[in-house]
Amino acid sequence: MITVHDLWKGYGSIEVLKGLNLEIMDGETLVILGRSGVGKSVLLRQIIGIERPDKGYVEVNGVRISNLNQYQLFNAVKSMGMLFQGAALFDSLNIGENVAFHLRQHSPELSDSEIKKRVTEALKMVDLSGTENKMPSEMSGGMRKRAAIARLWIYKPRILLFDEPTTGLDPITAGQINELIRATQKELKATSVVVTHDIRSALEVGDRIAFHDQGKIIAIAPKAEFLKINNPLLQSFISEAIIPAEYFSKKG
Amino acid sequence: MGTQFLQIANYIGEYVLLIASVVWVTLKRPPQWSLIRDQMFEVGVLSLPVVAITGFSTGTVLAAQSFFQLSDKGLASATGLMVTKAMMVELGPVLTAFMVTGRVGAAMCAELGTMRVTEQIDAIRSMAVDPLRYLIAPRFIAGILMLPLLTVFSCIMGIIGGYVIAVDYYGMAPNTFLDPLPIHITFFDFFSGLVKAFVFGFIIITISCFRGLSTRGGAAGVGRATTNSVVICYSVILIGNFFLTIGLNSSYEYINDFLNRWI
Repeated sequence: MITVHDLWKGYGSIEVLKGLNLEIMDGETLVILGRSGVGKSVLLRQIIGIERPDKGYVEVNGVRISNLNQYQLFNAVKSMGMLFQGAALFDSLNIGENVAFHLRQHSPELSDSEIKKRVTEALKMVDLSGTENKMPSEMSGGMRKRAAIARLWIYKPRILLFDEPTTGLDPITAGQINELIRATQKELKATSVVVTHDIRSALEVGDRIAFHDQGKIIAIAPKAEFLKINNPLLQSFISEAIIPAEYFSKKG
Repeated sequence: MGTQFLQIANYIGEYVLLIASVVWVTLKRPPQWSLIRDQMFEVGVLSLPVVAITGFSTGTVLAAQSFFQLSDKGLASATGLMVTKAMMVELGPVLTAFMVTGRVGAAMCAELGTMRVTEQIDAIRSMAVDPLRYLIAPRFIAGILMLPLLTVFSCIMGIIGGYVIAVDYYGMAPNTFLDPLPIHITFFDFFSGLVKAFVFGFIIITISCFRGLSTRGGAAGVGRATTNSVVICYSVILIGNFFLTIGLNSSYEYINDFLNRWI
C-alpha cells in the first residue's frame, strides 16, 4: 500500500503540492487526473524518491520513503518502476541494452544468454520484436514508450508509476499504450499509479480515479462513479474533454 | 548583491559536495570495469590524434622560434632543452588540458545535460542505480588517469616536432639537440608536468560533469551549460596553472629531495 500524508513541495516561491493526502491499495490502478502543471508528476517523483518533500511523507508498504538515505532508498525502489513522460530511454544504448539495463545492474548472476532471452520476451510482449539493435533515436514516440514499458516489464516491479503515458501520441497509439498498461498491470499484479490529463485514458486504465488540482486531491472515486462527482472544478475539466458516450450510457 | 553572493556560495558548495560524493563512491564501490574502460577509450584513445597534432605543431614552433631567437647570440645549442623543458612543465599539460576540455569536457557536459533535461538521469535513479556511480565515477577515474598519459604523449610529440625542425630544417647536429637533455631535465620537471596534468584532469571532469548535472531548461539550457563549462574549465586551468607553478617551484627542494630518495 502507498500512503501519501500531508505532502508539501515547492520550487522557489511556488507551492506545487499543498498538504496532499492519498492512499493507494495493493494491486489497484489509481489514475491521477488533472490539468498540466498542477504537480501530478511531482507527486510520482516523491513516491519513487527522486525528489524529497518539504513537509509530510510518502510510505510504501510501511517504509517511509521520504526519510531514507541514498542507499536505503535504492534498496526500497528496486521493486518500483516508472515510465517517464518522454520515455527516458538512454540515448547511448540500443533498445536491447536499454531493456536489459536493470538486469545488468542488479542481477549479476544472470548469464548473457538468459538476459538476451528475457529481452527478446519483453520486446515481444510490447510488439517490438527484432528492434534490439536499433537506437532510440531511430524509433517513433509510440515505439519509444513501448520500449520503456518493456524496460519496466523485464524486472517485474511490484509498483508501477506512469507519467503521462499517452501524451503526444495519436489516438490509436495512445490506445495501444493504454492496452499495454492494462496488460502489464494484469501480468505483474502490480500496484499502479497513472498520472494523466487524458480523461479517456484514465477511464480505460483506472480502477479508481482521483482529480488533482490546487496542490491537493479534491475528488476521488471508483471509475464508474467518477464522472458523477459534483465538483465544479472537476465538472469544468470534464466539460472540456471528449469522452466516449459509452462511459455515460453504460457506466452511468 | 547579497543574493548573488549566496547563489555563488551555494554553487560552490554543491560542486564541492559532488566532488566529495564522487570520491566517496569511487573508493567505496568502484564502478564496473567495462564502464571505466569505455570512458578511458573515449577520453584517452580518441583524443590521441588531436593531442598529437597540438603537441607536434607546438614543438615545431617552439624549436623554430628558439633557434631563430638564440642562434645569433650563440645559444642555438639550447634549442632542444628549451623545447623539452617548455613542453614538459608548461605547454604539454596546459595544451593537452585545453584540447581535452574542448573535445571531451564539452561533450561530457552536453551528454549529461541532455540526459538531465530528458529525465534519463531520473530514469537511472528510478531503477535503483546511483548516477554518480554509473555516470560520473567512470568519467572521473578515466579523466584523472588519461590526462597524465596524454600529456606525456603530447610532450613526446612536441620533442619530436622540435627535433625535426631543429635538425632537419635548420641543420642542427642531432647530438647538439639531444645531449643536454639527460643533464638538465630532472625528475622534478617530469613530476611537475604530471602533477599539473592530474590536477587539470580532475578540474575538467568535475566541472564538466557538475555543469552537465545541473543543467536546466531544455536544449537552450544544454547549450548554455556546455559553453559555460568550457569557459570555466579554461579559466580555472589557467589560474590553477599559475598557482601550481608557484607552489611546485617553491617546493622544489622538498620534492627533489623526496624524488631523489625514492626514485
